[in-house]
Amino acid sequence: MPEPKKDFSSGVYTGLPIFLSYIPIAITFGLLARNAGFDITQTVSFSAFVYAGASQFVALNLFTLGAGLWEIVFTTFLVNLRHLLMSASLFTKIKNPRLTPILGFGVTDESFAVASMKEGHITVPFLLGLQLPGYLGLLGGTSLGYMAGNFLPGVIRDAMGFALYALFIALITPPASRSKHILFIFLTAGTINWGLSLLGLEQAGIRIVVAIIGGALTGTIFDPEGRGLK
Amino acid sequence: MNIYLLIIGMALVTYLPRLLPFLALDLEKLPPFIKTFLAYTPYAAMGALIFPGIWQSIPGNPSAIIAGAITSTLVSVLFKNLVISMASGVIIVTIILFLGNL
Repeated sequence: MPEPKKDFSSGVYTGLPIFLSYIPIAITFGLLARNAGFDITQTVSFSAFVYAGASQFVALNLFTLGAGLWEIVFTTFLVNLRHLLMSASLFTKIKNPRLTPILGFGVTDESFAVASMKEGHITVPFLLGLQLPGYLGLLGGTSLGYMAGNFLPGVIRDAMGFALYALFIALITPPASRSKHILFIFLTAGTINWGLSLLGLEQAGIRIVVAIIGGALTGTIFDPEGRGLK
Repeated sequence: MNIYLLIIGMALVTYLPRLLPFLALDLEKLPPFIKTFLAYTPYAAMGALIFPGIWQSIPGNPSAIIAGAITSTLVSVLFKNLVISMASGVIIVTIILFLGNL
């Protein structure tokens, strides 16, 4: 007997940790976007329409470094390619898939991870419920961060400039400490980007694209079966 | 730069990879080499994003940056929690900047 309302509520409950984890990240985004010179409509639009924490920070970072529009869009594309596989994997878990344009929009690293940890199949109302708190958390946190920016002392605002790197470090440390191969790929890409920068290649967007392809390709050549991921 | 054009462009390239597999993707037909490449892409992206940009995050205070980076890394290893790891690095950086302003 299908119980869509119960499934939806259960999904919302399961998705609450995503809400909590997005609030500080979104506050940081709101703050940094304001510091980068965006207005509130633009800042909230990033979270509402792009809805991808990591790529929003990447875009801010590249924008501040003076990258062009297409460099930012292409880097965003590269950063988000992983969602192809996540969506594909998630798709096989859903019972009687429908409303796929909405479900697809709600796929993030976190909603994918939480949904994937559920045993067996999941229903469409459950997944919709699971994805909702994260979206609300990112929108609410972004607005809050933008508006609270004025009230934060200068020292805290300076420290927020470090926040996105703290986020990247927090994201990469678990997989890099679990797998030497992932650490190798991470360091290879970092070395390529740093090296190109030392060689005087000014355009950060192009450097980053070259470094990402170089790092992932080197990793794949050394390990075409992807054993380093396990 | 037109910011709304940037948002539309980013929204499209973010949405399409999320949506396309739901519409039509036969994972079995994807060459293994491409699958592995895509699976490794996020880790390479993190490396390229952290280095060397992290050195510009707090101008003129490399010791705060190093202390924050080490703190976030160690706390991540110990607690395996995204938010706590991120916050601890930011808090250490804040404390160092605050002490430097005294």
